[in-house]
Amino acid sequence: MKINTFLYSVVQGIKNIGRNKMFSLASAATMSACIFMFGLFYVIVTNFTGMVKEAEESVAVSVFFDAGLPEEQMKAIGDDVAKRAEVSDCVFVSAEDAWNEVKEDYFEGREELAAAFEGDNPVANSAHYEIYLNDVTMQSSLVRYLEGLDGVRSVKKSEVVANTLSDFNRLISYVSAGIILILLCVAIFLISNTVTVGISVRREEIAIMKLIGATDFLVRAPFVVEGMVIGLVGAAIPLVLLYVLYERIVAYISERFNFIGSMLNFVSSNTIFHSLIPIAILLGVGIGFVGSVWTIRKHLKV
Amino acid sequence: MITLEHVSKTYSAGVPALNDVNLDIEEGEFVFIVGDSGSGKSTLIKLLLKELDPTEGTIMINGKYLNKIRRRQIPKFRRNIGVVFQDFRLLKDRNVYDNIAFAQKVIGEPSSRIRKRVPQMLSMVGLAPKYRSFPKQLSGGEQQRVAIARALVNEPKILLADEPTGNLDNNNAWEIMKLLEEINSKGTTVVVVTHNMEIVKVMKKRVITVKKGAVVSDSKKGDYSDED
Repeated sequence: MKINTFLYSVVQGIKNIGRNKMFSLASAATMSACIFMFGLFYVIVTNFTGMVKEAEESVAVSVFFDAGLPEEQMKAIGDDVAKRAEVSDCVFVSAEDAWNEVKEDYFEGREELAAAFEGDNPVANSAHYEIYLNDVTMQSSLVRYLEGLDGVRSVKKSEVVANTLSDFNRLISYVSAGIILILLCVAIFLISNTVTVGISVRREEIAIMKLIGATDFLVRAPFVVEGMVIGLVGAAIPLVLLYVLYERIVAYISERFNFIGSMLNFVSSNTIFHSLIPIAILLGVGIGFVGSVWTIRKHLKV
Repeated sequence: MITLEHVSKTYSAGVPALNDVNLDIEEGEFVFIVGDSGSGKSTLIKLLLKELDPTEGTIMINGKYLNKIRRRQIPKFRRNIGVVFQDFRLLKDRNVYDNIAFAQKVIGEPSSRIRKRVPQMLSMVGLAPKYRSFPKQLSGGEQQRVAIARALVNEPKILLADEPTGNLDNNNAWEIMKLLEEINSKGTTVVVVTHNMEIVKVMKKRVITVKKGAVVSDSKKGDYSDED
């Protein structure tokens, strides 16, 4: 391809946007609306997934040991467990720590009652490991492994919580996949319709180009450039809008609803937009590209 | 230059548009193709531009059989044929200069050549002062001159004109015909499809008459009369 031809296509594509202001506006607005919906959904799902993940990570399996098992042996078991892939953290709670926790929970303000147990730890056999998981669905297999270890007296787990969380997680993945698919279909349908109208208006121009010897590439290229630029603009507008909205909404909730703010840990805008920006741009430019290439095909048979 | 051998064209609906047409147009000729509406003149032009393929027979242009030209080679083939239409087919959102330059840009001509060639064409068609005007600011005759300049800017060997005076008044029609004659005198083969019998009679060129898809007469230069 000659450099002149390439430059011509790019320049014409950009000029076409100005020449067909109404069509360009309609396409960019449609694209913006679709990507805004997608972005909004993405932000909600990311936060939701983040919160579920956080909840998952707080679900611990507690491993208690046989009475009299030396602490070194407990720690050796802990070291082995920590090496497992599904384990994110493994915290040792000694009998002393366990007693301190009990004192904090039950004897706060009545320290004299706790003092009665001085030198005689009532939870002497409570040294244990709290094991946190990367993936809560792996809980039952980890429990089976732990129960099979020598020196392990009992394993406490919150099966209901783990199952609920994994079911919830699965539900989120299905629902998000479904909604993303629907949004994509709607976006492609709306955008290809808008592109079709835009191209139909310029059928004459395409026919003239073909009759004076323009190659299919040269006829198509300006439309494709146009589609991609519109896609880029159509992605940039909702991204800016979503960024501003997200920052403000999170700040508003944290300020005005302290209770909710402390319960919900919002994902930072940097984390969300780090992945949302490339996805949205790829989506906008991709739909612009595919939509224009697809729609112009039938007009090239001159 | 243009040879048609036993060319027939039937549309998919079964409508025959051309039936066993044989033609031979030499390089540098000026030929009128006349006939009533629906006689097959426009089909003939479409076949010569390879917009359509014949149902039967072969067409050879510039030494190439059109049936052997692949789809991706069509643009290159069309660059050797200039084409002018009754409705001018100019790009309404571009000025005169850009409409002519457009034909060079689509074939990837360098800007330096476009800057040199477009003013030459504007002078030839007498529109140099109006190079910044848009089509709607021009008369029909002027628009057709722009279309002719666009058709010739890439120096094609053949110029096909499909009813070039159909939308023009008498004065403008004659201006256009004079321009086409001048172009022909410089060596370009000119094929004009027309209804305007007055022009045909006065210009005394070769006249091919098409009726119901068949060539019914082929009068040599100066031989055409009403009875044909």
